[in-house]
Amino acid sequence: MKPAPFEYYAPTTVEEALSHLAEHGYDAKVLAGGQSLIPMMNFRLVQPSVLVDLNNIPELSYIRPDENGGLRLGAMTRHHQVEIDPLVAERAPLLHETMPKIAYSQIRSRGTFGGSVSHADPSAELVSLSVALNGRFRLRNQNGERWVPANEFFVGLFTTVLEPDELLVEAALPSMPARSGWSLMEVARRPHDFALVGAAAVVSLDENHLCQQAQMVFLSAGDVPMVAHKAVELLKGQAPTMEAIHAAAEVAASEDIDPSSDIHATAEFRRHLANVLSRRALEQAFKRAADNK
Amino acid sequence: MQTLFDLGVTVNGARYEHAVEPRTLLSDFLRHDLGLTGTHVGCEHGVCGACTVLLDGNPIRSCLIFAIQTHGHAITTVEGLGTIDNLHPIQEAFQEAHGLQCGFCTPGILTTVKSFLEQNPDPSEDEIREAISGNLCRCTGYQHIVDAVILAAEKMRT
Repeated sequence: MKPAPFEYYAPTTVEEALSHLAEHGYDAKVLAGGQSLIPMMNFRLVQPSVLVDLNNIPELSYIRPDENGGLRLGAMTRHHQVEIDPLVAERAPLLHETMPKIAYSQIRSRGTFGGSVSHADPSAELVSLSVALNGRFRLRNQNGERWVPANEFFVGLFTTVLEPDELLVEAALPSMPARSGWSLMEVARRPHDFALVGAAAVVSLDENHLCQQAQMVFLSAGDVPMVAHKAVELLKGQAPTMEAIHAAAEVAASEDIDPSSDIHATAEFRRHLANVLSRRALEQAFKRAADNK
Repeated sequence: MQTLFDLGVTVNGARYEHAVEPRTLLSDFLRHDLGLTGTHVGCEHGVCGACTVLLDGNPIRSCLIFAIQTHGHAITTVEGLGTIDNLHPIQEAFQEAHGLQCGFCTPGILTTVKSFLEQNPDPSEDEIREAISGNLCRCTGYQHIVDAVILAAEKMRT
């Protein structure tokens, strides 16, 4: 099928884009990379009457270091740019490692960081990763801006705190502390397809090699990125032994997630995958933390 | 009728000026407006890869971009690779190694492989399988496509 007609605007500055959003409100949709929106428009699942295309706004495309050792990513930075950027490899190794797993080269040529997180698909890697890495998003409207932590940004299936007149303009990812480790494990029927379940783990060790901080977030395990609150509490302050990791994985899979059944997998199978994947992710993350002095 | 926008785009080295509706997909613009029917349309939602073309040298799904978004850019379609009398080395390799059967997926695979071999002139078999993972072929089982890409890489290195 073909998209229904729409009014088209291609602003060249953020200011101009915000004025279109302010004027059209809920009638407008923002077009970033288009790799989720355009398929939905082709099927007429979505029929926006106004489309505000961000692809001609150069100020939204960048990868910069920030003063605290972290990273700033402009919302229109394309997946392919993130994938090959040496600064990302150095400062956000989990992100660097994840990028080639996202869809296919043809999609990564177009898809954008801001577009992916704003779309808020709970099976998208960047959505859960932003939470696992304690990322923050800068949202702007005509009256100003606000920063929202990733773990407060996603509020439901394909739903975020973005107001219709707001635009996500930037993502900030903090630096990784010393003795930290990371991992993303996922299972998909076909490599690069949406994962049946994925687990992202970020951990750090103290001087005594005990778990200082731990964060684990699941994708495709609920309506939003599912944070393994109970599991990580079990790990903090503990030595990351196999027993501790297995116990945490068990709790994560049985208590921290809310998977549903669909044509691809039953909820029960997703819990099984979550258990296995969180074990593997934690093992790799703690091993890296031990090696990463 | 929707408002028309003026689109100026370079396709296979030739400059085109066309008035398009903003909702016209690049795949439909290439096929219907320019008559370049080498670009095939399979699923129209970004799964099959048959419509892959190069935008400023990078592979994209032409069904997931509006034609108007390519204003001022350069597109390469399968027609831009070689001609019947003068095939591109990748096309020669696909012919010699039987890298196609029905041919529906082939234009998308050829354009994908062109960009891939430019970045990675001497790929391993695993890297080739990874590179064509976004292109579905229902005939070949991929083995002869992989053989063809290995042969194409050899031809392009010499």
